[in-house]
Amino acid sequence: MDNFAKRKYLLAAIFILVALIYTVRLFRLQVLDNNYKQYATRNVLRRVITYPARGLIYDRNGELLVYNKASYDLLVTPRELSAFDTTSFCRILDIDKAELVENLHKAKKYSSYKPSVIIKQLSPENYAVLQEKIFRFPGFFVQARTLREYPQRTAAHALGYVGEVDRAKIEQDPYYTQGDYIGVTGLEKAYEEELRGQKGVNFQLVDVHNRIKGSYREGRSDTVAILGKNLTSTLDADLQAYTEYLMQNKKGSVVAIEPATGEVLTFLSAPTYDPSLLVGRSRGANFLKLNKDTLEPIENRAIRAAYPPGSTFKLINALIGLEEETITPLTTFSCSGRGSRPIRCTHDHYSPIGLRDAIRESCNPYFWHAFNSIIRKYPKADQGYNVWRDHLLTFGLGQRLGTELSNELSGNIPQDSYYNYYYGQNGWNALTVRSMAIGQGELLITPFQLANLAATIANRGYFITPHLVKSVWSTKDDPQDIEFERHETSISPEHFEVVIDGMQAVVEESGVRYYSKLDSITICGKTGTVQNPHGSDHSVFIAFAPKENPKIAISVYVENGVWGSRYAAPIASLIIEKYLNDSIAPRRIPTEERMRDANLLNPIQPK
Amino acid sequence: MERRNNIWANLDWFSILLYLILIFMGWINIYAAVYNEEHSSILDMTQRYGKQLIWIGAALIIGLTIIIIDSKFYVFSAYGFYAITILLLIAVLLVGTKVKGATSWFQLGGIAIQPAEFVKFTTALALAKYLSSYNFKMHRFQSLLVIGIILLLPVLLIFLQNDTGSALVISVFILVLFREGLSGFVLFLAFVSALIFILTLVLSPLHTIFTLSIGALLFHYFMRQKLSESLKAFAIYASLSAVFLLGGHIFKLEQPQVKLLLLSTFISSLIFAVYALRKRLYNLLIVLALYFGLVLMTFSVDYVFNNVLQPHQQGRINELLGISSDPTGVGWNVNQSKIAIGSGGFSGKGFLKGTQTKFDFVPEQSTDFIFCTVGEEWGFIGTTTVIMLFLFLLLRLIYLAERQRSTFSRVYGYSVACILFFHLVINVGMTIGLAPVIGIPLPFFSYGGSSLWSFTILLFIFLRLDASRAEKLSH
Repeated sequence: MDNFAKRKYLLAAIFILVALIYTVRLFRLQVLDNNYKQYATRNVLRRVITYPARGLIYDRNGELLVYNKASYDLLVTPRELSAFDTTSFCRILDIDKAELVENLHKAKKYSSYKPSVIIKQLSPENYAVLQEKIFRFPGFFVQARTLREYPQRTAAHALGYVGEVDRAKIEQDPYYTQGDYIGVTGLEKAYEEELRGQKGVNFQLVDVHNRIKGSYREGRSDTVAILGKNLTSTLDADLQAYTEYLMQNKKGSVVAIEPATGEVLTFLSAPTYDPSLLVGRSRGANFLKLNKDTLEPIENRAIRAAYPPGSTFKLINALIGLEEETITPLTTFSCSGRGSRPIRCTHDHYSPIGLRDAIRESCNPYFWHAFNSIIRKYPKADQGYNVWRDHLLTFGLGQRLGTELSNELSGNIPQDSYYNYYYGQNGWNALTVRSMAIGQGELLITPFQLANLAATIANRGYFITPHLVKSVWSTKDDPQDIEFERHETSISPEHFEVVIDGMQAVVEESGVRYYSKLDSITICGKTGTVQNPHGSDHSVFIAFAPKENPKIAISVYVENGVWGSRYAAPIASLIIEKYLNDSIAPRRIPTEERMRDANLLNPIQPK
Repeated sequence: MERRNNIWANLDWFSILLYLILIFMGWINIYAAVYNEEHSSILDMTQRYGKQLIWIGAALIIGLTIIIIDSKFYVFSAYGFYAITILLLIAVLLVGTKVKGATSWFQLGGIAIQPAEFVKFTTALALAKYLSSYNFKMHRFQSLLVIGIILLLPVLLIFLQNDTGSALVISVFILVLFREGLSGFVLFLAFVSALIFILTLVLSPLHTIFTLSIGALLFHYFMRQKLSESLKAFAIYASLSAVFLLGGHIFKLEQPQVKLLLLSTFISSLIFAVYALRKRLYNLLIVLALYFGLVLMTFSVDYVFNNVLQPHQQGRINELLGISSDPTGVGWNVNQSKIAIGSGGFSGKGFLKGTQTKFDFVPEQSTDFIFCTVGEEWGFIGTTTVIMLFLFLLLRLIYLAERQRSTFSRVYGYSVACILFFHLVINVGMTIGLAPVIGIPLPFFSYGGSSLWSFTILLFIFLRLDASRAEKLSH
């Protein structure tokens, strides 16, 4: 018909070729390549995390120490932003315009489709205003979170604080994702898993505007958030508050333990801080400020400061001497007062003196002789030293007590190898390490360990790992009590009586009695004065009361308190009185006021 | 009566069946694309599937009307139709409504009409009329000029509306002209130009000129079979390029290398042209002209790309050629479209079970990107079925066109096939990342009255012509 009829084949061939190419392409796209299915799932599936409320913390009497308050994070999906009035937006939220612009820029850089947090932890007031006007700002939405709130504002070091989880933790524990909160210190950290509960995940189908279109697989993959468990702490909120009240303007530490159970009643590192400072948007700035403070309020002195125990340590030397039978309650040693060698005595008293009165007088020569007799009981000094040291270890000294709080220091009871290194094998003897006799030298004990020592003596020879949490529970009726281990010391119970008599004599017969003796309750205690090369000596006191069936054992460290009897003992007696009697006797009110008003922040105090 | 019966019997029912199947499948997928629980009735007129049902009903009436009308009417009024649509295109520029940046819609009550859709079949009619005119010869200046005017007039007007996609459709008439005798060289040239365009963008003008030079030398060698001559040419080009490029480097001329190379190529070509003239090798001269023309084109691609194309068009081309990738910006449409189709797998997620299209990840999912719904819900089986149905229709149209006695019907038939082909290639191609994103509908599938009606008219006029192929239509 025409000359070009054969060209129909070329055209048909082009049609077929293109159809073929497209078919092959579709085969690759739809059948061979599985990535697109994943992309599609990623497109429409949104993991919506439901955050359970963190568990609450109560004190031993059911008073609330920590609870949650609502807070709101503002999120933005950059793609859905449209031009908005930044000035009024910033005014509503009370934020800086430059900060907003920078955060928006960051959010856009992260993803223009995925929401990112632009302002954390709006106050409820800001949120209330924003909520009415948020329709004017498309692309923004609010997510509710919870923040910690501390009605008592006490026990900062024990409770610890909550912060955003860091990258290292996220990599290590898949439970956490960016922006989650986690306990950073204290009980918040120790009981993180109980307190946090279990996040719930809802898989939702969303459209391109992030609008929820329905649930995925009818919710079969969803998990429900499980509320965090509550803690009943061993702390006594009133006693804690009272302790903080007395210890204001002082550095040091107070730890009180119920001897029979090992429950910590008071746990203070002074100076302390208001735990609500480390919550919310100002947390970072406040932390920086606290961290820079030269008084180191962040530092947890109760478990992180190790001091020489001073004269309080003489009690242990007495107990070891009795157990090793190198002394008896009737053994006497002579004391030449200030002329004594190798250690002089700081008190004037009769001589020779027995154990009970030696404790009362804190007689250095007596305890030097006692210590010397223990070491010399064995043919070689290091043998004697090791026996002595092993006794110490059964008191929990020189090691972590194993309370819930992390970062506990173990203190220091030097090993014999330490002296062998300095003086050579057999190059040293009891005389070389004589300062051990009176609790000075290389010995380091934390206030927490010292309180435990008081509890151990109160128990006549055993202690239960001191701890801060009694029980964990979801409903009040079903508390899950936490058991802690009982540790026996190497000292037989009968040896404690004479030592305890001595401690009673300290409070009732020595100079301590003026400010620390109670009318109705027998306190047994021992003062200590820790030599301090940087300023005035530290004031130390350990005690328990009452003498029979003790209810409270306590250690008080007051840095630069000069004498054990000057601050540590009266403060301990006030705390004991408060705990056992619920009130301070009128005649002791001046003492209470004097303790409260004493400002010992200056390291140099008059003798 | 006799004659009427004859028409119904002569109608190509196979094409009509394919048409009906495609329309039905299109509607099903529009329903799926815009489906939501609140409006699940298929007759809900507030929804697109409800409206599309009206458009389909109207399209069937239009088709029926076209078949009832005498076929001579279309031949007779070909130029008239063309003139009307051209006037409409001018009118729409003056009083049209702007939708998505293109001034291409008439708003008549609730119905929007897009004249550019209808200009396809009127241009086909006009071209068919002209090519079938008595004593027509393709390769005459006058013929080419008239053809040029018939085709370029609508292109120009549609370009002015800023509706690049619809304008590009007219380019497919080159295939029709080819069938009617246009030199294959033109087709080849078009192909090479497209190749150079892509090469220049993907590589660089510099590389493309080198490639072209080597291509021209090889071509020269195969044509002349004289190695010495080819080597001489090579020597001239290579040495001059080297001199210019090195010279530019040594003398620190602040000129881009491409410009230096262009200059060296120009001078070498001049030398070679003188040589060809003296030896009276006129064929060589043509090759030379062609070569230099293509080199110049290379040089202009950058200019055209950067200065003539709009930023979103540049982005789409960059995305297609893999020069840049921006899946959350310019590449969003194609990327999401590929995800939707790819996630369908072999047998699809099932009717109304698509998530990507339903949750608006794919834009325009009931119009330009309707193929995504097919791919997601019906899988590879669905997409190949659609492509095969189209292929059957296209091949059937070629078969029908070839059996026409009149040149008019044949040209028109080929126009129908080629227009449908172009729409298929571009529309499906863009959803699977093989063609740039040009907003043109998938025939019979995409939502919209104008496009459905225009494709129906386009097809049914041909079916009407075919039904009376035994009659002598003109001349």
